[in-house]
Amino acid sequence: MRALTWHGTRDVRVETVDDPEIINPRDAIVKITSTAICGSDLHLYDGVIPGVKPGDVLGHEFMGEVVDTGRDSTLKKGQRVVVPFTIACGGCFHCKSQQYSACDNSNPVEKQDMSATLYGQPMSGLFGYSHLTGGYSGGQAEYVRVPFSDVGPIVVPDHLEDEKVLFLSDILPTGWMAAENADIQPDDTVAVWGCGPVGLFAIQSAIVMGAARVIGIDHYPHRLELARKLGADIVNFRETDVREALLEMSGGIGVDAVIDAVGMESHGFAIDNMLDVAKQKVGIGADRASALKQAILAVRFGGKVSIPGVYGGMTDKWPLGAMMEKGLQIRGGQTHVQKYTKDLLAKIEDGTLDTTFLISHRLPLEDAPRGYHCFKEEQDSWTKVVLKPGMETTA
Amino acid sequence: MERETRNRFGGLLAAAGVTLSAGLVASFLARRRAWHGDDAPGYTQPRSFGDYDVTGRSVTIREPRQKLYEFWRDFANLPRFMENLEEVRQQGDDGDSVWVIKAPAGRSVEVETKIAREEPGELIAWRSVEGSDIDTEGRVTFEDAPGERGTRVKLIIAYKPPAGEVGKRVAKLFQREPAIQARHDLKRFKMLMETGEIATSARTADQTRAAQQENG
Ligand SMILES: [Zn+2]
Ligand SMILES: [Zn+2]
Repeated sequence: MRALTWHGTRDVRVETVDDPEIINPRDAIVKITSTAICGSDLHLYDGVIPGVKPGDVLGHEFMGEVVDTGRDSTLKKGQRVVVPFTIACGGCFHCKSQQYSACDNSNPVEKQDMSATLYGQPMSGLFGYSHLTGGYSGGQAEYVRVPFSDVGPIVVPDHLEDEKVLFLSDILPTGWMAAENADIQPDDTVAVWGCGPVGLFAIQSAIVMGAARVIGIDHYPHRLELARKLGADIVNFRETDVREALLEMSGGIGVDAVIDAVGMESHGFAIDNMLDVAKQKVGIGADRASALKQAILAVRFGGKVSIPGVYGGMTDKWPLGAMMEKGLQIRGGQTHVQKYTKDLLAKIEDGTLDTTFLISHRLPLEDAPRGYHCFKEEQDSWTKVVLKPGMETTA
Repeated sequence: MERETRNRFGGLLAAAGVTLSAGLVASFLARRRAWHGDDAPGYTQPRSFGDYDVTGRSVTIREPRQKLYEFWRDFANLPRFMENLEEVRQQGDDGDSVWVIKAPAGRSVEVETKIAREEPGELIAWRSVEGSDIDTEGRVTFEDAPGERGTRVKLIIAYKPPAGEVGKRVAKLFQREPAIQARHDLKRFKMLMETGEIATSARTADQTRAAQQENG
């Protein structure tokens, strides 16, 4: 099959690799019809995530048609499914507590030691995302092997086209959980750093959850415009002093909840990131958490801090004093996708949520390297790239 | 029903590991009544066990104690999750068995073991018979975990790094970090019990770990 493979920093290629096969009884093979490039794929592209090996197939946002099933899969050939990027067994303590992204059993045993050393306990398995999380082949390919196919994939009705449901695989539940982690109350003012896909979905979710006011922070005009269209107020950090603005926009109290949808490569939010960049180049050193640091200072006493943005390692100059003295609640985590897919699918079906506004580009799988390049370099206009393995290549 | 044979290092494993007791209050008190300074398992201390190396590890499995016990007690199942075990041949019903352990260069070593102590649903202890290539004993205990967490399974293995030519080969094998081996074996046991399979990220069948090992 053809697949997008990683070869090094800023070096991804579409190559021919072995087709996936059913290996375990609960596996299924899915023929990909749509797959997206995610902001967190850019962390792999930029080489800031350790444990990626040349030849690894990337991609963790995908959907398609079931073409083969193991004897214990509950799926049937021909079904259309969206597959969560988090691989979860459904039977362990964490899965039973709906903490699917903390599944004990989806990261192969021999791959668990590295993240156990880093974090105290091992991470679970994720598609297409470094050997720290299993080294599973991803879905930016013609086919993918889906383990625990009786737990993860959600069957979607035929009348909903791919682009309406594809983002159930990651960014829609991720935005939703980000808002849920901010514990939004009806009178809350919520500030969201980063109006990329996750930030925009967090804004949309916060509004659906009834926040009084949502403020989107970014510097790309087009992304800010999308946030405004969803109903958010916007702040451009290149033009405005964000902390000052948020203090004023919340009547001097500080905002009730903050969401950092930027993550470890946040640029330009603070002056300390030169140091962090240097350390990040050495390995899994310092995450550039400038958006998060700013958010912690902007939130009110007793406020809520939600961290959906991806962080991998450590960060310097953490505002620990502010966190303690202000009595903040901080929540983060990889998304428990399986917990949300059913409800969010219903909200897509009844029109409460629409995700198609985000898609700026549709490319054949063969053009994936260009998709990565432009998604990275032209962030304002390339808001979301969807790859279609079957699509005609237009040169 | 408890069956106990003479056990050369029973005291050693007890020191390194667990005390078993019935009832909530009794087990609470037993934990208080630690023989050494604190309440941590002995094997977590950097101390010497004489000629023996001791390693221990726990894992919590969200399945009933009895089911886990029964699966383990059927020693023929062990190679399904213990990486170094090629095969276990059971001899009769009292738990005498021959463990065929993989050694470097495609060789294998056989160890005859006897069940040293057994408490159905709670504990299985085994040891190698006198004159084995490997002088080892092990103990697995099954204990109800709090709430709906299932069962705490604790594996403790003591072994004497052997001498002689065969011994050296085996030592090399065992010194491949027995603590990591025990941890990995228990995780695979957990996967098998909780999911019915052992996770692999291979894309094709011949990339799986098992296939790689078979191919040498
Ligand atoms: Zn993603
Ligand atoms: Zn699980």
